[in-house]
Amino acid sequence: MTPTTALDVEKIRGDFPILHREVHGRPLVYLDNAASSQKPAVVVAAVSGYFLTSHANVHRGAHQLSVEATGAYEAARETVARFLGGASHEIVFTRGTTEAINLVAASWGGSALREGDEILLTLMEHHSNLVPWQLVAQRTGARLRYAGLTPEGRLDVEDLVAKLGPRTRIVAVTHVSNTLGVVNPVAEIARRARDAGALCLVDGAQAAPHLRVDVDAIGCDFYAFSGHKMCGPTGIGALWGRRELLEAMPPWQGGGEMISQVGLEESTWAEIPHKFEAGTPSVGDAVGLGAAVRYLEQVGLDAIHAHEMALTEYALERLGELEGFRLFGPSTGRVGVISFEYGDIHPHDLATILDSHGVAILAGHHCNQPLMDHLGVAATARASLYLYNTREEIDTLVEGLLAARALFGGFG
Amino acid sequence: MNDTDPQAAGKGAEPPLHQLYQEVILDHYRRPRNKGAIDEPTHTITMNNPLCGDVIELLLRVRGGRIEEVGFEGRGCSISQASASMLTERVRGRTPSEALGIAATFTRMLHGDASAAEDESLGDLRALAGVAKFPVRVKCALLAWNCLEELVGTGS
Repeated sequence: MTPTTALDVEKIRGDFPILHREVHGRPLVYLDNAASSQKPAVVVAAVSGYFLTSHANVHRGAHQLSVEATGAYEAARETVARFLGGASHEIVFTRGTTEAINLVAASWGGSALREGDEILLTLMEHHSNLVPWQLVAQRTGARLRYAGLTPEGRLDVEDLVAKLGPRTRIVAVTHVSNTLGVVNPVAEIARRARDAGALCLVDGAQAAPHLRVDVDAIGCDFYAFSGHKMCGPTGIGALWGRRELLEAMPPWQGGGEMISQVGLEESTWAEIPHKFEAGTPSVGDAVGLGAAVRYLEQVGLDAIHAHEMALTEYALERLGELEGFRLFGPSTGRVGVISFEYGDIHPHDLATILDSHGVAILAGHHCNQPLMDHLGVAATARASLYLYNTREEIDTLVEGLLAARALFGGFG
Repeated sequence: MNDTDPQAAGKGAEPPLHQLYQEVILDHYRRPRNKGAIDEPTHTITMNNPLCGDVIELLLRVRGGRIEEVGFEGRGCSISQASASMLTERVRGRTPSEALGIAATFTRMLHGDASAAEDESLGDLRALAGVAKFPVRVKCALLAWNCLEELVGTGS
């Protein structure tokens, strides 16, 4: 990978055809990247190229197309492994972060958890790193515990450490909050978990698209992420799991692909990672994910991060000048996920008014209902940035907010 | 323009924001009528829109075949809260079947039925006709009315 160089945002924007369309007669300003990112043409070309030239089912068939399809699929796995710093047999392709966490909760949790064991989560977890644990807790009698937040809106690591006890079996924590924009000290949390004899799962859905991730340096046991938030297709993501854990875990879905021998009464399982990939996988999407990773690496994760940090600083400065603007979470030491309130205009109204200016943001609970309860709100507005966003787009957001205020006749 | 092509639709002119946010709507949002508890409610229900977190609790006192008193609690966007406030004014004193008739006409209006939007039985509620042009907001406007239909509709 090349060292950090300034990112040429105009050149980047040229890679994303959708950014040149209009919405309601205005140029699109896409600020809903934490929900899903847009796709560069190279990713779409990789997917269509695969289907137009090399598609067949994978891991079977001696014919040439199957060989090529298998090669493309496994090459994507190697690309993802290199991206995360793991080994390719430790990468399980899933539909996304949600399915990856469900896999760990059902397979590891379902077999390892006993009544009274504890699963330690945090108040800022996305529903996808919360509900799967509720389901397995109900099945096994394990107990959920939650680490709280500091008044500033960061994870209260002391509280997390205090709640790590002899019955804690796993700590499941998000790397970057999809509402507060804070980056959690996952290496420290993983170390604390290990010292307490617990495993550590990191939800990387909001981190992998923006930060250089190294699962070895983090020292966690599982890392989950989604392709569609990082320029890849929807319906594909991955779980990285430590080899010895994946080998010991039972399969979670049965079918073709994941077996070694099948008898009438019982079967034996394929080696990892295939043991966890029942059925024909989403080969084209995996190929697209591989292309997305290569695209991000080519631009450079460090350059992307530097661009987003500078843009976040600019956005917080401009937005902070607006009377009635209230940011959720800390104003420094955070990334470009900006959740806010603006006067007494409901987030849903803001989103409608901004949409009419071509600006796409998210209004709602962001799949963070326990966090919303903690913040004392039902919903927030959220603008989230990515490598192709510009200062001019932040200016358009600010203009849209001022227009909303004018439409509402000021604040009540 | 091709109606079935979302991109073609999205490329059209700016939607009429001023039709959505009419003064009467913002007035009901800022100064909601009949917000709060009522004495001796006979019917109460709470419904929410899980997508955006809008919540409405509707309270009715039905006596002698009429909706004698009506109030609401809730939080959410201007459209959901204004619609609830306007509902309370529109259905107070009416019979449940009259109220359901208004609810049905109102629902048709939000689904784009032009004749419903002309119906005088809706009164001020016609200010919400512009919501029909914002499909994702229709659910906001209907939330309080769904509460009403649940409370006095068939089988309740």
